[in-house]
Amino acid sequence: MSARAPAWQRYGDILALLAALVLLWWGLARLAGPEALTGPAETLARAGELLDSRRFHGHIAESLTALGYALLLAALGGLGLGTWLGVRRLAGQVAEPILVALYALPKITLYPVILLIFGLGLPAKVAFGAIHGIIPVTIFTLNAVRTIRPVYLKVARTLRLTPWQAFRTVWLPAALPEIVSGQRVGFALTLLGVLIGEMFASQRGVGFVIINAIGLNDVPTIMAAAFLLAAFAATVSAILLKIDRALHRRTLRA
Amino acid sequence: MTLAAVAGPGLRAGEAHAALRGVTRVFPPADRRQAPVHALGPVDLDLARGEFFAVVGPSGCGKSTLLEILAGLAAPTEGEVVFEGAPVRGSPPDGVGVVFQEDASFPWLTVWDNVAFGLRRAGTDAAETARRVDHALGFMGLAGFARAYPAQLSGGMRQRVCIARTLVLEPRLILLDEPFGALDQQTRLLMGDELLRLWRDTGATILLITHALDEAAMLSDRIGVMSARPGRFIDMVATGWPRERDSTIVADAAFGEVTARLWSSLRAESLKALGGER
Repeated sequence: MSARAPAWQRYGDILALLAALVLLWWGLARLAGPEALTGPAETLARAGELLDSRRFHGHIAESLTALGYALLLAALGGLGLGTWLGVRRLAGQVAEPILVALYALPKITLYPVILLIFGLGLPAKVAFGAIHGIIPVTIFTLNAVRTIRPVYLKVARTLRLTPWQAFRTVWLPAALPEIVSGQRVGFALTLLGVLIGEMFASQRGVGFVIINAIGLNDVPTIMAAAFLLAAFAATVSAILLKIDRALHRRTLRA
Repeated sequence: MTLAAVAGPGLRAGEAHAALRGVTRVFPPADRRQAPVHALGPVDLDLARGEFFAVVGPSGCGKSTLLEILAGLAAPTEGEVVFEGAPVRGSPPDGVGVVFQEDASFPWLTVWDNVAFGLRRAGTDAAETARRVDHALGFMGLAGFARAYPAQLSGGMRQRVCIARTLVLEPRLILLDEPFGALDQQTRLLMGDELLRLWRDTGATILLITHALDEAAMLSDRIGVMSARPGRFIDMVATGWPRERDSTIVADAAFGEVTARLWSSLRAESLKALGGER
């Protein structure tokens, strides 16, 4: 295991990167002018206004509700499906190319179909978010289960574990680091799916706020909403990445 | 001393602890154009209770297949496996412990939890589990590493974790598949001493698979020499060592005789195995 860099160095790098990004943003805003790109200070001010407004709270609640349901479906559905396909070798071999093809498919092309099935409103957004997230979660989980070292399964057999014991105490922990990686990718894509869902054929949610501001050419609101989304996504991703790294570090072989 | 093939110590007529009778293993071909691979046998083997038996043979001769069949991890194509009077059919029987060639310690558990793993699954109560795990860790020289994760340990220590995990279940038959294969020579000699101590203290029957002739000669009561594939026993060598013994036996004149006999049996087969791989 490699020693970790000292704290000032780790956080120093992150701070320097953030400062460079803000500087780049500021420079671009100066170049493009306020009608195309709002600068950092104005964006933060507008974001503060949005966070204070009761109406925006409703949009956030709507988006979080849709994201929550979509994540639940993608995370649990992908976990179950991926595990099943990983254990059933033949089913996994059949399903994998199909899944990879679906992963590559721009899912926006399916949105009209989803709208026809679920109608306007929350269910369509949830379904659209979930189909974005469930495929990477399934692919990652399938590979996580399939690449468990066979010797662990032999140990489970020689210790005469019941199938449930073997699953809970060997299969699952052995596959967990890769499963968490899959959940991380799944989260990012589910969020994307929900927002795209809100941008079209919806009257509520942060995605709607953005598309509405685009229609009104309200650049500060577009930038503020994008900024808030980026902050939220980066925070959740950072937490998942931390868990991911901690799990992977343990499996590193000295 | 004579190196005649003899029965193991403590064996009364017709009382094998574990036995293979006419066991073969044929792997079906990967596709129709290829012939099936005859990996093993037919093999007959009687292990006496409390015997230390080693299997040596050229690489690819089916040693590991033999172990998996005896462990109940694989079913023989023909023949039967008996452990303590009951047939073994493709599922591991109670009382058999296996240590694999690869590192099989669970990276997500601490050393202590790795060793306690089997006891917890078997529902042993906490106090008894703690007592046995602490004892096994002390015995294997791991007491100071109970809270460490396997990734923090050397390969030799991880293998000791695996041996301890098997040991705490107090198996009556211990099967070891080249457990020291990845270790350096000095560590292997010391691990051999620990294995002998374990064997004396527990009274377990041990079957050790190894490619190292000196290791087999130093540790065993009896050594089976296997042919190139399909693996069969072509020689049985009884060492006649006392039960109280350790790695210093390598300095004994008889040790040289045993290894020389093993090599003379094995040399032609190893050449065959080499030729077969070309």
